[in-house]
Amino acid sequence: MFSQASLTRLRYKYLPDHLIGEVLSKRWVDNAIPFLVLLIVIAVLGPLLPNFFTLSSLSDLGRQMAEFGLIVLALAIVLLSGGIDLSVGSMFAMAVLGSLLGMNVWELPVLIVLAGVLAMGALYGLLNGVLIGYLRLRAFLTTLVTLIILRSVYVIVFLHYSTALVTGFADSALWDFIGFGTVYGFPLSLLVSGLIAIVWHIVLSRMRPGWRLTAVGGARRSAYNAGINVRRTVCLAYVWSGILCSVAGFLYAARLGSAGADTGIGMEVSALTAVVLGGNSLGGGRGSVAKAILGALLVLIITNSLISFGVPGSITSTVLGIFLIAAVFLDMRWVRNKEQLLSKSYVSPTYLNLPPPPKTTDPASPYRLNDKLRTVEVIGLGEIEGPEDVILDRHDNLYCGTRHGDIVKFFAPDYQTNEVLAHIGGHPLGMAFDKNDNLLVCIGGMGLYQVTPDGISTKVTDETNRRWTSVVDDSRLRLADDLDIAPDGRIFFSEATVRYEQEEWATDALESRGNGRIICYDPRDGSTRTVLPNLVFANGITTMRDGCSILYAESWTCSISRYYFAGPKKGRTEPVLTNLPGYPDNINRASDGNYWAALLGMRTPALDLAMTMPDFRRRMAKRVAPDFWLYPNINTGCVIKFDENGNILESLWDLGGQNHPMITSMREHKGWLYLGGVSNNRIGRYRIEGADPNWTGPASYWGDAK
Amino acid sequence: MTSGMRLSQEGIVAALAALLFVGFSLTLSNFLTVNNLISLVRSVSILGILGIGMGLVIISRGIDLAMVATMVVASSWVLSMVQSGTPLGWALLFGMGFAILVGAATGILVAYALVPAIFTTLAMGLIVYGTGRAYLFQVDVQNAPSNYPWFSFLGTGNVLGIPMPIIAVGFLALVMWVLLRYTRFGRFVYATGDNILAARIVGIPVRLLIVAQFILTSLIAYAAGIIMSSAVSSMSTRIYNSTMIYDVLLVVVLGGISLSGGRGGVRNVLVGTLLVGVLLNGMTILDIPYTEQNLIKSVILLFALIIDSFINPRDEQTAQQQQGDI
Repeated sequence: MFSQASLTRLRYKYLPDHLIGEVLSKRWVDNAIPFLVLLIVIAVLGPLLPNFFTLSSLSDLGRQMAEFGLIVLALAIVLLSGGIDLSVGSMFAMAVLGSLLGMNVWELPVLIVLAGVLAMGALYGLLNGVLIGYLRLRAFLTTLVTLIILRSVYVIVFLHYSTALVTGFADSALWDFIGFGTVYGFPLSLLVSGLIAIVWHIVLSRMRPGWRLTAVGGARRSAYNAGINVRRTVCLAYVWSGILCSVAGFLYAARLGSAGADTGIGMEVSALTAVVLGGNSLGGGRGSVAKAILGALLVLIITNSLISFGVPGSITSTVLGIFLIAAVFLDMRWVRNKEQLLSKSYVSPTYLNLPPPPKTTDPASPYRLNDKLRTVEVIGLGEIEGPEDVILDRHDNLYCGTRHGDIVKFFAPDYQTNEVLAHIGGHPLGMAFDKNDNLLVCIGGMGLYQVTPDGISTKVTDETNRRWTSVVDDSRLRLADDLDIAPDGRIFFSEATVRYEQEEWATDALESRGNGRIICYDPRDGSTRTVLPNLVFANGITTMRDGCSILYAESWTCSISRYYFAGPKKGRTEPVLTNLPGYPDNINRASDGNYWAALLGMRTPALDLAMTMPDFRRRMAKRVAPDFWLYPNINTGCVIKFDENGNILESLWDLGGQNHPMITSMREHKGWLYLGGVSNNRIGRYRIEGADPNWTGPASYWGDAK
Repeated sequence: MTSGMRLSQEGIVAALAALLFVGFSLTLSNFLTVNNLISLVRSVSILGILGIGMGLVIISRGIDLAMVATMVVASSWVLSMVQSGTPLGWALLFGMGFAILVGAATGILVAYALVPAIFTTLAMGLIVYGTGRAYLFQVDVQNAPSNYPWFSFLGTGNVLGIPMPIIAVGFLALVMWVLLRYTRFGRFVYATGDNILAARIVGIPVRLLIVAQFILTSLIAYAAGIIMSSAVSSMSTRIYNSTMIYDVLLVVVLGGISLSGGRGGVRNVLVGTLLVGVLLNGMTILDIPYTEQNLIKSVILLFALIIDSFINPRDEQTAQQQQGDI
């Protein structure tokens, strides 16, 4: 009953395989994998261990997590800066010893002990930081050596005070509260660590020092060239590592009240395993607090479970070693292959079945080929590049955008001279005049801009509402394409695609999914809302003369539709033209009450066939260099005139593409048709026989000049 | 820059060793005796053997932090097998197989799975020690068999008045020197250490080379373990928890083998060993406790690293590697 084609159509309609690539392009996907592993570990170990979910067990886990988590966080910060700190275990042990000495032996106030311990930690960190940041020693070996140095100092001091430590007693309520207190059922130490983690999360993800740290870790040289003080940034990472380890040591000392000769031994390996297991990259530049916490939880749960299973310590360390190798291996593979995986899976073509195109060779066809545009006059040849759209004002001056980011004004009457009206930066695409003669422009990659007659440009809008169902961030405008203004001042503009940038339009053509949309900017309340989502490369837009509907083109489906934004049919969409022989671009009004549309390129049988074979196109995108893909035939284009019932009245061609190779836009003005093309270096001007010699666009929209 | 008088690290270290030697000779009454000198060299012979193995991997820009674990576990296993009745020959063969296995696993992880050597060997040390402690032997200290005279001879014998461990160091140094200097393998090791990508493009089988190096280093560690257990007629697994692996690094880095790879040779290891030997011996005679000795050694290692970073400055262009700053 189902044909192969309809199965394919259904499969591509309901299986959202473009989401794979979009999910992979998200930053949080790095966290998703360790998080899943954590869930699996809990799901497997939870039922096996009878006491796993009891309150006391969780509270104990929480306190351990508070200390271990801080150490993992310390290591993660250093890793993020592109270094490594193996001395965390020794710094931790020194802090434990320092706290106990201060409390039990010297009987100092708690806060002074804390301050002293933190200062010591900062000092150890500074030692590492100066050596690695300023003297540029190798981080691994340097911190390995400071690990031994601090450990030797620890042993010497510990042996010296070991009896005093045991016999001494800290008589302080605050000290006991730090060690055993709970707030709303949560261990105090866990809350303290949680607070520190939140602060660090904000610093790393939202603040300048954190971004600098990430930048240095990600690309040291580029960070230096960008003016970041690399040496200081690296140095500070180690200082913070020392401070965080000291906090952990202080909490540990308050909880256990004793130290042993083996305190902190081997901690660097479990912390390292945790950091890498959580998804922080060894190479630096990729990591977060969330990753550190995930990794710490994983390692802690695994080691605690092994202990409760009665596994000897040597096996536990073996397991940790295996985990470390596996985590580093996966990290290497992931970092190395993620981009490749993403580029291979992001492009996700879909099924599109177009009926056979109308024949352009048939003499009776309205599309029949001619060479009317071969003799167009040429304006600004070689002076402009990429006038996607052209427009004329009330005083007959001609405007166009260029790919250099300028809006160029050609002066009436002969258009021999020009000036740059405004420099915006992005490639100006569709244009329209509002009733105050301001020029509104869609800028590819930037959004909607307004240019006053004096050449002052301001941003109108560059974001719309975020849809919850969209994985890629569709609130930013990536490729605003064409616009028109309704009589009430609302601006309707199209965004061709939310998945690609302007220069990747061909990739969107390959996908032919409804990635585009029409967005409405309402100047009355300054809001921007998406009104029509899921359009296939939404392109040209023009408001119709009834004042309550727009015509819009969808390029890759070769169709033009009508959307009612007001009136009795408000919200409805009707097809006007389907199965065009080419890909429609901009639409504009004609003087005789009809509409002009530009076809930017023509369909080819091979591409039409390929559109019904998404797998084929996917393979093409994966395996063939973009230069060898199937493309729309953009060597030839034409201008068509049609009425609002969808009858084609006329078509204008420059078949050989000799005088005006590509047409993306046309604008009628006083009996002439002005032609723009996104890859042209000229503007064309064509005399329309029998057209009203006084008709102008601005007058048609806004009436005669006041 | 081009001056021939430029001080090499090796030269500095050699001078320092000589200076210490003279200093100790003048100040310590029982330092400059034949017996003390022989015991000095003997005490560092194991370190020298391990250093030669470590030097090999470091020259090709690797590192092996699992050497001590391999040494301890492989030789302890041999001793424990002999105690439970296995003939020594077979036990030695098994131990050798174990060492080869560890080396091959490390090498494959480094060369084919592209896990950085420093992490692989750090974890491998844990794995080897944990496995050995759990499955291969039960007690911390294994006693050497006394009914094999030739085994005891390995560690305690003399040839022409020179103790066997010293002969072993000399022999190994000679073999390694020839290997590095005059064989294709040796030149390839330098090429890999200098620029692994270039070496690969030239057609050197870089991956196999790395695996071979780790196997060789592992075997050298095993040999050191056998000689050690023969010399002190036992093997304590607690050595793994000591700082021995850092002493080995100290010997190599102090001697002037650059951690950036491609530089140095056997002579550097010997010079480094000599300095550490003089230092340890002097400190022992001075009766400095073990923990303080550790402190002093590690501070010296730190200075060696600082000097290394000045003499062999890192190229900022290539300093950052995918596996981080190691």
